[in-house]
Amino acid sequence: MSYKLRVEALQAWYGQHQVLKGISMPIRANTITAVIGPSGCGKSTFIRCLNRMHEVVPGTRVAGRVWLDGRNIYNGINAVEVRRRVGMVFQTPNIFPAMSIFQNVVAGLYLNGIRGRRQLQERAENCLQQAGLWEEVRDRLHDTAAGLSSGQLQRLCIARALAVEPEILLMDEPCSALDPIASIRIEELMRELKASYTIILVTHNMQQAARVSDYTAYLCDGELVEYESTPEVFIRPKDSRTENYITGRGADTRPL
Amino acid sequence: MDRLGAAGYRETNERDMGKSGISLYSGRWRQIHCRMMTGLCALAVLTLLAVLLIIMTYILLQGIPGLNWQFFTRPPAPVGLPGGGVYHAITGSLVLVGLACLIAIPWGVAAGIFLAAPRRPGPLAALVRFTADVLSGVPSITAGIFIYTLVVVRMHTFSALAGGLALAIVMLPVVTRNTEEILRLVPRGLQEAALALGISWWRVMLHIVLPTAARGVAIGITLAMAGVAGDPVPLFFTALNNNHFSLDLTQPMASLPMEIFRYAAGPFVTWHRLAWSGALVLIGIILLPMLLARIILPGYRIRR
Ligand SMILES: Nc1ncnc2c1ncn2[C@@H]1O[C@H](COP(=O)(O)OP(=O)(O)OP(=O)(O)O)[C@@H](O)[C@H]1O
Ligand SMILES: [Mg+2]
Repeated sequence: MSYKLRVEALQAWYGQHQVLKGISMPIRANTITAVIGPSGCGKSTFIRCLNRMHEVVPGTRVAGRVWLDGRNIYNGINAVEVRRRVGMVFQTPNIFPAMSIFQNVVAGLYLNGIRGRRQLQERAENCLQQAGLWEEVRDRLHDTAAGLSSGQLQRLCIARALAVEPEILLMDEPCSALDPIASIRIEELMRELKASYTIILVTHNMQQAARVSDYTAYLCDGELVEYESTPEVFIRPKDSRTENYITGRGADTRPL
Repeated sequence: MDRLGAAGYRETNERDMGKSGISLYSGRWRQIHCRMMTGLCALAVLTLLAVLLIIMTYILLQGIPGLNWQFFTRPPAPVGLPGGGVYHAITGSLVLVGLACLIAIPWGVAAGIFLAAPRRPGPLAALVRFTADVLSGVPSITAGIFIYTLVVVRMHTFSALAGGLALAIVMLPVVTRNTEEILRLVPRGLQEAALALGISWWRVMLHIVLPTAARGVAIGITLAMAGVAGDPVPLFFTALNNNHFSLDLTQPMASLPMEIFRYAAGPFVTWHRLAWSGALVLIGIILLPMLLARIILPGYRIRR
């Protein structure tokens, strides 16, 4: 199996505060990798470095290399191109309030110059179907998205991210605002998407990580403590810090 | 208000009630304090409303009697004769402010977008912000003198063009800063969501952030417009005034503030009445786009 993404000695700062202290991990294509760890350990920062969203915050700095299909995303590639290939779903569903549901889904295409009506409609239907939202919104595609529930909004955001056909999907606690049923739906969705995407998932929910991911990375205080296949991490964690975190013991843990 | 205040105090109350059982905010005093603060707030609001109401009614009372068909359709009557209107000044103000808008709105909004964009703050942004700050600190008479030396002296005549330029200089920094402030109110998460789709920052600003904040931006622009529409100072050295109707940009042009100034400072009671009516019309012209912006443009509530 090939590596889609290879992170090498990644360091990140907010001002003087170093958050990532040298993380190296290869990520295989068409897998789901869960990133877990205590709050504030740098999970969000880590995945934001993978599509160059970290640098959007003023006063931040990144060092190290991230190889996407053998090309360093921090060297010689335009950030806009990187983000087109590495999509992201945020913790809170940020829909564009001035746009309809349809416009939200195709925003990434439309604003990058794809204007063919038929093409956009096809893609919108396709992505909404992939995100499991099509049946619920097919009759109100041109209404504002404000009338949707949080779970629907999150799936809309996933559809929107899929519409630009990224190769990698970064998901930062996509289910933290959702009820268990909506979360399960998104997990099912991730499993389906795995066939065509490489997914990196940040989650605080240990069961979710165990259910859905192939690999699990345990991050603590900006360092990669453990990175193995998910059963390995959950059944036989090598590091006591990982074990404590997973089982909900120890000082620096926050159960679920 | 009342209930919120009471709840806040209850907490303090419980914390402060030590063993002694004495509290700063016990019972009666807490109620009195709460009432006092509510009362003060109400007083401040009422004072403001009263001042506004007095000014508006006074202008209405003084201005309405002079309003008639002639007032809107005729240029001024020759000195000493009754009647006459401010037709030439209404069109003049529209032309001058229109010219200013033509320059200040595109540049100001563009600069505001640039300043609010989710990019690393570079030297250019710092320079633009500094320039806008300096410009907005410059008294409007300076804008007039500047355009006087730059345009009027070279064209050998006062002109509407010079007036529009002077107003544009006054308006530009206000539009810039208003736009920036409003765009900054759009949550970062929205910009980031758009950037993460691989959309360049200027497209994000133009197609996602700006439409979301369109109403606020438009209101900011109308406020800047209102500022220059009522200001005669930049016009003294530039458009000057004109007793006749004119649309020639290379000639002096009348404007409402200049006419109000002339009529109010004049010796005749009829002139004073014209000044009041002119002021009323000016207020109307300023309020109209503000109301339109509020009615036409949708406001979005951003869910978090
Ligand atoms: N915009 C910011 N400015 C300054 N410091 C920040 C900023 N965002 C995050 N940090 C700091 O970086 C560290 C890591 O934050 P990060 O958001 O990556 O943590 P996280 O692991 O995602 O936490 P959580 O599980 O709570 O989401 C924290 O110590 C935080 O205080
Ligand atoms: Mg986080």
